[in-house]
Amino acid sequence: MAPVTPVPSAVSLRGAVALSGRFPLLAGVDLEVAVGETVVIEGPNGAGKTSLLRVCAGLVPLASGHLSVLGLDPVRRRTEVRRRVGLLSHASHLYDDLTVAENVRFAVRAAGGDPVRIGPACERWGLTGRLARTAGSKLSAGQRRRTALAVLTARWPEVWLLDEPHAGLDTAARVLLDEAVAEAAASRVTVLIASHESGVVEGLADRAVTITGGRVTAERVLRPSTTPVVPTPSAVPPTAVSPTAVPPTAVSPTGVPPTAVSPTAVPPTAKPSPAVPPPAVPPTAKPSPVDVTDRVPCAGRVTHVA
Amino acid sequence: MWRDAALVAGKDLRIERRSRVGLTQVAPFGIVALALFAFALGPDRSDMARGAPGLFWVAVLFCTVLAVQRSVSVEAADGARDGLRLSGIDPAGLFLGKAAAVGALLVVLEAVLAVGVVLLYGARVEVPWLLVASCALGTIGLAATGTLYGALSAGLRVRETLLPFLLLPIVAPVLLAGTKIWQAAMLGGTPSSGTPWLRLLVVFDAVYVAVGIAVFGPIQETA
Repeated sequence: MAPVTPVPSAVSLRGAVALSGRFPLLAGVDLEVAVGETVVIEGPNGAGKTSLLRVCAGLVPLASGHLSVLGLDPVRRRTEVRRRVGLLSHASHLYDDLTVAENVRFAVRAAGGDPVRIGPACERWGLTGRLARTAGSKLSAGQRRRTALAVLTARWPEVWLLDEPHAGLDTAARVLLDEAVAEAAASRVTVLIASHESGVVEGLADRAVTITGGRVTAERVLRPSTTPVVPTPSAVPPTAVSPTAVPPTAVSPTGVPPTAVSPTAVPPTAKPSPAVPPPAVPPTAKPSPVDVTDRVPCAGRVTHVA
Repeated sequence: MWRDAALVAGKDLRIERRSRVGLTQVAPFGIVALALFAFALGPDRSDMARGAPGLFWVAVLFCTVLAVQRSVSVEAADGARDGLRLSGIDPAGLFLGKAAAVGALLVVLEAVLAVGVVLLYGARVEVPWLLVASCALGTIGLAATGTLYGALSAGLRVRETLLPFLLLPIVAPVLLAGTKIWQAAMLGGTPSSGTPWLRLLVVFDAVYVAVGIAVFGPIQETA
């Protein structure tokens, strides 16, 4: 039997503390996300979900603790990390005086992305024709979101950080987003999704992590992962209790008792082999925005949202 | 670095071409400032001609503040500054690109203001190349310092008021050197009397372009 070769963590946070002035954004987060894993970050408003993603993107520095992204220090190798990470945040990062097409082109070229992917990405999100020539100032919130998603999918970075990605999107765009995330996961992109609409995104994720008060307070495996997860490099014995531990009686927002608390205490969800073929969804596949009935994994969620 | 600089400068100039803030707001502001200076000096054309070099550069400084404010505000909307940071763009290229776009706008504004000085104040240009050289070197210095201090104030809520407070004292050497050079070019001076001030501008430009390239990245991360 071939030995399972562990892959490096895509995101590794240990005792991560981040501050805004004297206000703690993160209060000691321990989190390991394997390459190719999709993790949903749950939690109430103000729990620290957005801050966690901003820390992972290198926008917010750590006051203490350790962070590595794709095995790199985001402070020392900032440019390299940022070119390999994409953040979809509440802001769309668009210029009001540039058209949709110009915004996408600039963002992709600035990030060193392949310009060949710009056209297909715009088509995928319906940013064609007159809309492509519309100034950013005239876009609706949903269209701004689609433009930001077009930038992300044109860049196709190795780590996607999605902050409430479904917010502002109509049903068709939500379906497209779910498919893009599924394609990303299939092509071994690591995806972190922060959302308080846990029912909307849980179908996409391998694991759900609950954050409360800037700490990881619960963790659930949502589906058997197809990606080998790396044990935390500084793995503590399984009996060790993380400082972020909550009593095992703690109940997650979804009402499901959390199965584990600290990533260091979670046994790795190792796969049989890292050579497991990804699902047969080509990254360049462009689903039709009107045909939702044949998208079994997504249809239930869309119906629920609608 | 140069690719990123060209990308950013092209983007900023495209935004300026669409919004026309520089031509429809900043340039008229500069002309109004020159007209107000003329009112303050009185009807004597010789007084106005004598004061023209200094008043031209004061008007250029005011326009620089507005141009830099605009350059900063473009990045403030919809988290565009974070978008640039997240793109992993070279900070030195970003600095050079932003400064180049501000500089290009300043060149146009200086041309408009120079015509205004000639028409409003009756100033006569005797050594044109000295004027052109001072404008070119002054523009580089103003664009570099403006972009640098604009980035420093970018993340602050009080940036509109803080930027002039930070920037104007720093660019005093440009005002001084530019005025001396224009006096040499307009008021019967010799070119040789202007060259030491041109050297001052060259040193000023070299220092601030180098400082900008070196520290723009850390400023972007902390501002």
